[in-house]
Amino acid sequence: MKKDLNSEYRKAFIVGFICLIGIIYLIQLFRLQVLSPDYKDWADTNAFLKKVQYPSRGVMYDRNGNLLVFNQPAYDVMIVVRETREFDTLAFCRAVNVDIETIRRRFQDIKNKKLNPGYSSYTPQTFLTQLGNKEYGVLQEAIYKFPGFYIQNRTVRQYNYPNAAHVLGYIAEVDKQNIADDDYYQRGDYIGKTGVERSYEKHLRGEKGVEILLRDAHGRIKGKYEEGIHDISPSSGKDLTLSIDIDLQAYGEELMKNKLGTIIMIEPKTGEILCMVSSPTYDPSSLVGKQFSESYLDLVKNPYTPLLNRAINGAYPPGSTFKTAQALTFLQEGIITPNTIYSCYGGFPPGNGRPKCHGHASHIPLTSAIGTSCNAYFCWGLKNMLENKKYGSIQNAMNKWRDYMVAQGFGYRLGVDMPDEKRGMIPNAQFYDKFHKDKNGKPWWKALTVISIAIGQGEVTLSPIQVCNLAATIANRGYFYTPHVVKGIRDVEQDKNYTVPRYTGIDAKHYDPVVQGMRMAVTGGTCQGANISDISVCGKTGTAENKGRDHSIFMGFAPMEDPKVAVIVFVENGGFGARYAVPMGRLMIQKYLKGEIPDGDKPLETGMKNSIILRSVLQKN
Amino acid sequence: MYYKKTNIWASVDWWTIAIYLILVIAGWFSIYASTYDFDQTEMFDFSTRTGMQLIWIFTSLFIGVLLLLIDSDVYEMLSIWFYLLIALLLSVTIFIAPDIKGSRSWLVIIPGVIQIQPAEFAKFATSLALARILSVYKFDIRNFKIVLVSFGIILLPVLLIYLQKETGSALVFLSLFLVLYREGMPGYILFSGFVAVLFFVLSIRFNDVVWGENISAGIFLVFLFILFFILFILYNYPKGKNHAKQLSYITLLIGFVSGIIYFFIPFDLTWVVGSLIAGMLIYMLLLYIRYRASTYLWIVVFGLTSFAFLYSVDYVFDNILKPHQRIRIQVTLGTIDDPGGAGYNVNQSKIAIGSGGLVGKGFLNGTQTKLKYVPEQDTDFIFCTIGEEIGFLGASLVLVFFIILILRLIYLAERQSMAFCRIYGYCVACIFFFHLAINIGMVIGITPVIGIPLPFFSYGGSSLLGFTLLLFIFLRLDTARNRSYDN
Repeated sequence: MKKDLNSEYRKAFIVGFICLIGIIYLIQLFRLQVLSPDYKDWADTNAFLKKVQYPSRGVMYDRNGNLLVFNQPAYDVMIVVRETREFDTLAFCRAVNVDIETIRRRFQDIKNKKLNPGYSSYTPQTFLTQLGNKEYGVLQEAIYKFPGFYIQNRTVRQYNYPNAAHVLGYIAEVDKQNIADDDYYQRGDYIGKTGVERSYEKHLRGEKGVEILLRDAHGRIKGKYEEGIHDISPSSGKDLTLSIDIDLQAYGEELMKNKLGTIIMIEPKTGEILCMVSSPTYDPSSLVGKQFSESYLDLVKNPYTPLLNRAINGAYPPGSTFKTAQALTFLQEGIITPNTIYSCYGGFPPGNGRPKCHGHASHIPLTSAIGTSCNAYFCWGLKNMLENKKYGSIQNAMNKWRDYMVAQGFGYRLGVDMPDEKRGMIPNAQFYDKFHKDKNGKPWWKALTVISIAIGQGEVTLSPIQVCNLAATIANRGYFYTPHVVKGIRDVEQDKNYTVPRYTGIDAKHYDPVVQGMRMAVTGGTCQGANISDISVCGKTGTAENKGRDHSIFMGFAPMEDPKVAVIVFVENGGFGARYAVPMGRLMIQKYLKGEIPDGDKPLETGMKNSIILRSVLQKN
Repeated sequence: MYYKKTNIWASVDWWTIAIYLILVIAGWFSIYASTYDFDQTEMFDFSTRTGMQLIWIFTSLFIGVLLLLIDSDVYEMLSIWFYLLIALLLSVTIFIAPDIKGSRSWLVIIPGVIQIQPAEFAKFATSLALARILSVYKFDIRNFKIVLVSFGIILLPVLLIYLQKETGSALVFLSLFLVLYREGMPGYILFSGFVAVLFFVLSIRFNDVVWGENISAGIFLVFLFILFFILFILYNYPKGKNHAKQLSYITLLIGFVSGIIYFFIPFDLTWVVGSLIAGMLIYMLLLYIRYRASTYLWIVVFGLTSFAFLYSVDYVFDNILKPHQRIRIQVTLGTIDDPGGAGYNVNQSKIAIGSGGLVGKGFLNGTQTKLKYVPEQDTDFIFCTIGEEIGFLGASLVLVFFIILILRLIYLAERQSMAFCRIYGYCVACIFFFHLAINIGMVIGITPVIGIPLPFFSYGGSSLLGFTLLLFIFLRLDTARNRSYDN
């Protein structure tokens, strides 16, 4: 058959097309396999197994060297399904002390892609978690009989005392947000969620190490890569010494049992927090290991919010304890002298007897005003300050006042080394300008409009630790150290924020009449319940108005001349300060300064421990 | 009729058989490598895929030898019957086949042991039927009946297999249009197909791309190509050459001026190109009226069809294609990037192949395929194992062997004295070529993911048997090539 030219042309076209495709594919293969190194890198991430070496987390001691938090080894049983052979299931059950049904179910769960999306028969899967020491010992002996099973070391937190849960905080597995914020963390890592565990996370966690292992075609480990020269060994977390006195803390928690509130004690000379009780509390060891989720859910559901650290995470009207800060401001500004006398006829005269006051002699000087907690006296003071011509306007006067409050540690976070501190509220002139306007929309307000802030009511709120810090400031006569719960970090110098005094800008001499007043309150005024024969306690009660029953507050320090401790006791719904807060303050001061409660105070102690003040939670529901 | 007793073993093409054996054995090792795991190191265990494939290989060899022994005339005589039988089988399959992963293409003979895919056997039957028809009536585009019959022979299995939800296998038959081209189908039909694919790809790929202020890149590019093709066709028409030159100068001049204006006042250049095309088409129409040369009219038809096609692409793409097909096309064109989902297979197969490097990781040492990163690694994606374990050198050797096989088949086809044998040979070559181009193209990320096997490599009895039938029937026909001289 004759082959015409056209056929030749068509044949050549087809052959050419086939060759062209062949060449294009060869070029693409060359590009993928020889030119581009990316694909090799991606494949390598599968061939090298980077095994993380976990450091041990730092432990915590109290101020007297008692070990509070430490690590206990725990063991997870891992399984590589590919490597398992027939094994004596009964012997395995005996070794790890679980029944055969559990083992069967675990095998099914591991292979269930829904429950365990990352399943691969080539890689280690968690089979059982947190084996006890005994089971670990037995299994370790016999592990050679169970090919495919491995033991993975882990640690869990252990607590020597059931106390100080809020201070210590707890650790839990990192969530998505933690991983997004800090690429140090990987899924399954633990992180401090609250308390010191969280605020000192970077010191406690240490640095993870890495061991680079070679994995063969079957995912099996073939030994260390280049004999481990690329490995990084982990460095342990730093141990912490807390300023907390665990005995004092435990005693405080005992007193606050069945009550809501907080007790804080600070060493004025250093700013160290000696105890920080928040009630209700919980046993820190309940948030460890297997029972974590169950316990956590119980705590979250509890209507009395045991997870809330009331000492720093709540803000309340400070009530009469605030009057001391007023007195100091007025003295420094020259509005009053210790001898200034104001009238009070059972109430603040310019306010037509409002705010009301309680029965005491009228026309009293400063010391007596503090001792008897006279409302009118401080309203007079604030009125005279705000209306004083030397500031030019009430706005300027108001902001001057605010500056004094801030200098004494209010209105902003103190900088306590604990997470989520509340800043409280100190209003300024702009705040009132916004809410009080005349017909033309111009700001219009006067001293009487805001007068209740002079006695710690109205817009003012403080966190309990700010009130305690006020006591420390008065004890120090004009300065304070930022309160903190961590006294020292092993091998690390303490943060300067906690070692430099912060001055209030109020002269030391102005503190004397206030201290006198607080002493008078204890010896013959509102807090006689704190009068201890051999310790010169200074104190001030407070009653924070509340929608329900008022909160009971006691703020004080002791001894008067050489203060060793400042204290606040805050009892929610505790009524007048004298009712609960003062006696508890008395007991706490004695416990700390004497180490024990004298026999004479034992009935008081029992009475306090046994009283129950819990608002009905049914109201809420 | 007198037949010279030819010695089959002396005249059979041993080169093809050698390449066939090399590819089948290499394929068997690849299946062993890709199904290899820690528990399963036994090569000859018949409960495994490696063992099963061995059975299929011996069955295929046996059938191959048998095919060589059958008289060559049988194929030509029975070709139409084969075709009708397979068409019936394909139709029946649609209704009685169980649903396996969404496809209704498997006939279960003995449940769990033997199941066959009739689509694999439709390839040789369709090729025989096409060869038979075209050898009797020469393909002529002006003969409406022969065009209809030959298109029908190709498109019937496409339709039936498409109804079995095996789109990939259905598309294979489209490769037979290349055979029609060889047998006289005008080049412009292939050219139209090529242009259609080009326009489709361009308009989908650049659909959402905007150049400059407001130039829609997809439409602009297609317009440019329409303009280019009009000039190209005109230039290749001897009497149109001068017109083409003049029009090119005008186009360049207008393009240059528009470019300068665009530099100062950006506007949509698509209008310029569109107006140029419109102007040219009107000019062509005038030329046709004056000279009555059909080429001018065809250019007008081409231009108008292109416009219609361009504006129907979006409709076809959004409404006729299924979502998974749409996504596969978009992943291949790079308009969507989805390495976790639709792009996973291709991405993992590129990693596996790419990590092989120049010489590969060694037989059975591929980590990507062993650790099950690549899906379907012993069937559609088996080329990954080859690329990873024996590297660029091995993979390109396999590719070259296939190209040699296909070119050898074309060489054999061209030396046939009988049109039937030649056409059948081309069918075989084109079917192998389509499988090769699509399968390897998809694994290395050039073509969309269309699930068809790599001949002789992918695991599966039906496909190996089907390809063996296809090839050995042609080898048998080839041994009888000198027959007609002995008439």
